[in-house]
Amino acid sequence: MLHVVFFARVKEQLDCASLELAWDDTLTTVDAVQQLLCARDGGRWGEVLGESNIIRAVNQTVVAGDAGVQDNDEVAFFPPVTGG
Amino acid sequence: MIAAVDAGPTLETPRFLVTIQEADFDIAKLQNWLLAGAAAEGATATFTGYVRAEKGTDPIQAMHLEHYPGMTEHCIGTIVEQALRRWPVNAVRVVHRVGHLQLGEQIVWVGVSAAHRAAAFSACEFIMDYLKAEAPLWKKVIRKSGEHWVEAKNSDSERANRWQDDAS
Repeated sequence: MLHVVFFARVKEQLDCASLELAWDDTLTTVDAVQQLLCARDGGRWGEVLGESNIIRAVNQTVVAGDAGVQDNDEVAFFPPVTGG
Repeated sequence: MIAAVDAGPTLETPRFLVTIQEADFDIAKLQNWLLAGAAAEGATATFTGYVRAEKGTDPIQAMHLEHYPGMTEHCIGTIVEQALRRWPVNAVRVVHRVGHLQLGEQIVWVGVSAAHRAAAFSACEFIMDYLKAEAPLWKKVIRKSGEHWVEAKNSDSERANRWQDDAS
């Protein structure tokens, strides 16, 4: 299983804080996970997760889209940060 | 009367602590933590961020802060470790609040103690600049007209990036 989490504006727009995805050998990169999620809800999720400024993290480290994903990883999608 | 002081850390191992919390913080206590147990500090530099009031017809009334539990602490800790490698500082303390904050409330505190002011100033600013650019925290502002998420500013990432060119 992949544990997928969303934060802030992304979480609200998807109306989803987290979900589990069955992992298989088609989901070996963050890009692949993102593409699968973008197809959800008739493609509506793509309007949120397809934005160019979405930040991706694997196991709580920010990564590029071609970063690897393994079973039991935590994958996060969130907007640019605005703390401080 | 001389107060008893714990043996405390040696100067070779800088102390640091990062806390994410909903509760308000007491700056005097944080400052004492920075200085506890070591007699070599000649300087502390600190930064406090507040929920800022605005002028105009629809100003901010309050703010909501969300974060990525675990990653936030780890990310800020990594930034602090970078600062410790770069400047000779003795202790660093970072507190960032999350949840609902009213106008004027404290949001964030960064404190650095060092033997000399230059290292304390630089490390404090470096940590704050990278915290704003990289730590997974998000602000939502609440106005009479509604709520909206704050958009990231290019100027914040530019402030962090300038440290890459700046060897000071």
